[in-house]
Amino acid sequence: MGLLSKQFDDGNIVLTSVEGVLNWARLCSLWQMSFGLACCAIEMMAASASHNDIMRFGVLPRPSPRQCDVMIVAGTVTLKMATRLKRLYEQMAEPRYVVSMGSCSNCGGPYWEHGYHVLKGVDRVVPVDVYIPGCPPRPEALLEGWMRLQEKVREFTLVKPEGQHA
Amino acid sequence: MPKSMNEIFDYLNSLFPEAALQFDEAVPCVIVPAALIKEVALQARDDQELLFDTLMCLSGVDNADETLGAVYHLDSMTHRHKLTLKVIVPATAPHIPSVDRVWRIAEWHEREAFDLIGVIFDGNSDLRRILLPEDWEGHPLRKDYEVPEFYNGMKVPY
Repeated sequence: MGLLSKQFDDGNIVLTSVEGVLNWARLCSLWQMSFGLACCAIEMMAASASHNDIMRFGVLPRPSPRQCDVMIVAGTVTLKMATRLKRLYEQMAEPRYVVSMGSCSNCGGPYWEHGYHVLKGVDRVVPVDVYIPGCPPRPEALLEGWMRLQEKVREFTLVKPEGQHA
Repeated sequence: MPKSMNEIFDYLNSLFPEAALQFDEAVPCVIVPAALIKEVALQARDDQELLFDTLMCLSGVDNADETLGAVYHLDSMTHRHKLTLKVIVPATAPHIPSVDRVWRIAEWHEREAFDLIGVIFDGNSDLRRILLPEDWEGHPLRKDYEVPEFYNGMKVPY
């Protein structure tokens, strides 16, 4: 259910919860840390270009991890890069999300057997929220994954869900 | 005047009669003893009949018979001819004199061959790993290389 469906007819009033408006604000301005590592980065750039225009979702590529909400791991993560990737992830402010884009960062991709230097899945070093399959995925697939991530942010809650006790 | 590789081999043989240069018809290439590669390289670069001013590629090789090697692909812009040199060394002591003072481009080619195959180029001005992390163990393009179970706490096999 969208935010505006709860709007009153007579004007400038919207009824929602604090979490609802906070999550709405966050999911509409997920800033992206560009982590283009291989050919997936080309599709990620294509998603930013005018045909697909991922910026209409409020996605803004930022050069610093400290200003970012989402890291799109687009490409082959080598073991040498994995050390740096983990460091950059740790520099991001919470709440933070990771989108694993493409077969390489999902599971090692074509390097799964003979790639002595490739990390077989970025989820071995950082927690991943959305996996996008493809080699490389089309920009549409990235947009689909992005909307899945937005759904995940929409469900985010500051209080514990009912029925769960520490 | 461009020379064929056979003519270049005969010419080099007359310049280095003691070197026991061999000509490999199959590849084709000239096999040079490791100790003489720098002298042969300098001669190939500066001799007016040869003038190999460009090192197009330098590759490390694991021959899978307890020997390693390096292959030098040379090209002459002046004479428009090409030459392939090959050096074979035992895997237990894979030392080859560096040619990075003959062709500067050889510096990082030799670093790559050292990084991935483990050939040690004596005299290279900066023989560090170039692609792999500095704390990597082993040389992964060796035929007998085994993938480590872990690297810095990260599981490597699938």
